[in-house]
Amino acid sequence: MKRDLISITDYSKAEYLEIMRLAAEFEALPNQDLLKGKVVASLFFEPSTRTRLSFETAISRLGGRIIGIADPGSSSTSKGESLHDTIKMVSNYADLIVMRHPLEGAARYAAEVSPVPVINAGDGANQHPTQTLLDMYSILKTQGSLDNLNIFMVGDLKYGRTVHSLLMAMSEFENPIFNFIAPQALQMPAEYKMYLREKGIRYFEHREFTDILNEADIIYMTRVQKERFSDPIEYEKVKNVYILRNSMLAKTKPNLRILHPLPRVNEIHSDVDKNEKAYYFTQALNGVFTREAIIAHIMNLK
Amino acid sequence: MDNSRKNKLKLKVSAIKDGTVIDHIPAQYLFKVISILGLDNIENQITFGTNLESEKLGSKAIIKVSDKFFENDEINKIALVAPHAKLNIIRDYDVVEKKVVEIPKEIRGIVKCFNPKCITNNEHIITSFQVVDTSPIALKCKYCEKHTVGDQIKMQ
Ligand SMILES: [Zn+2]
Repeated sequence: MKRDLISITDYSKAEYLEIMRLAAEFEALPNQDLLKGKVVASLFFEPSTRTRLSFETAISRLGGRIIGIADPGSSSTSKGESLHDTIKMVSNYADLIVMRHPLEGAARYAAEVSPVPVINAGDGANQHPTQTLLDMYSILKTQGSLDNLNIFMVGDLKYGRTVHSLLMAMSEFENPIFNFIAPQALQMPAEYKMYLREKGIRYFEHREFTDILNEADIIYMTRVQKERFSDPIEYEKVKNVYILRNSMLAKTKPNLRILHPLPRVNEIHSDVDKNEKAYYFTQALNGVFTREAIIAHIMNLK
Repeated sequence: MDNSRKNKLKLKVSAIKDGTVIDHIPAQYLFKVISILGLDNIENQITFGTNLESEKLGSKAIIKVSDKFFENDEINKIALVAPHAKLNIIRDYDVVEKKVVEIPKEIRGIVKCFNPKCITNNEHIITSFQVVDTSPIALKCKYCEKHTVGDQIKMQ
């Protein structure tokens, strides 16, 4: 049976660890001709240059050829072709499909239609599992383990799909603690908090940065976007509360690393960039190795 | 209960010789139930009444299908529109069994996902939900993974 990657919860803890192991192998030796003679379709029904380049680099380093849509305006969908028909056609040409789509559930549907594996590179506000796996790889690399970590999530915890997926994935590991720092309007949704309670995992909620930051192993920053607030006054009140500055890091743990899915706007002050605890640019590079690992795993190349 | 009253009641529900009587359907969902069960595509004799008085539902409908006995999986599909439906299984003019419907674990088709950004609302796809809670009913969309709950539940 073919394997897809649509949601992070489709995979088990053992598979997460297998992908982490492969990612480390690709980091040590990024160019491996495992996809030689294979064609990979890179279908970006909405533009996301960052994710597309990361995937296309991974495919190129594996020696695969890429066909695809980079500009949705020029694609068949703008001529009214259904996703069903586009996927039917492309899956006849390609050995693997990587797709990003503005509608939620599009990737799950494409995987049903396609006889070749589908990797979800983001379906609207729903899932972006390769981001979560690269986040996990970054955590594993910097902390040496995925167990016993105190993970801080900051900013938009309500709509941020990356924090939701990371929470679900990290909950599979031993003894995590979560600290959520977010404005009232952008709190972690009740369903995720209930999930943690049911699993007996500790979490704490805060409205602002405090000394509690000194307990963090990982700080995962996200953007607080103006358009998420129904009341613009609310946004004005909180917009500067969730900015991480270098001065706040003075007494933090030496192993602390700061992650961000990028692009950032102003939520991490540029004075943090020089701090060795800033990890977000390396995190992006880890994405290439992790995506090589995901492709190798799905295509049974290793 | 005296015999004449008993007989009257019996006549009322067992006007068919063999088959199934589905009672306590909300009147506005009569045709939905007919279509969910595919009764518009079978050759059996079917009689139905609608806008009948009901203390519980205000106005109810009833369907009698001759020579048809539903599997549980089949009949449970109507639970979303007719959660209080009661079935009388009739053999030789007698009620031999009474059943109530149960909400199934999975629902295919029938319901619309409430999320306007869901692929199922933008392309021709049969919806599919996992029932994650029953009171109120919460349905998790197989595609967008969002929960459609209680009053948000609309029929396709
Ligand atoms: Zn949906």
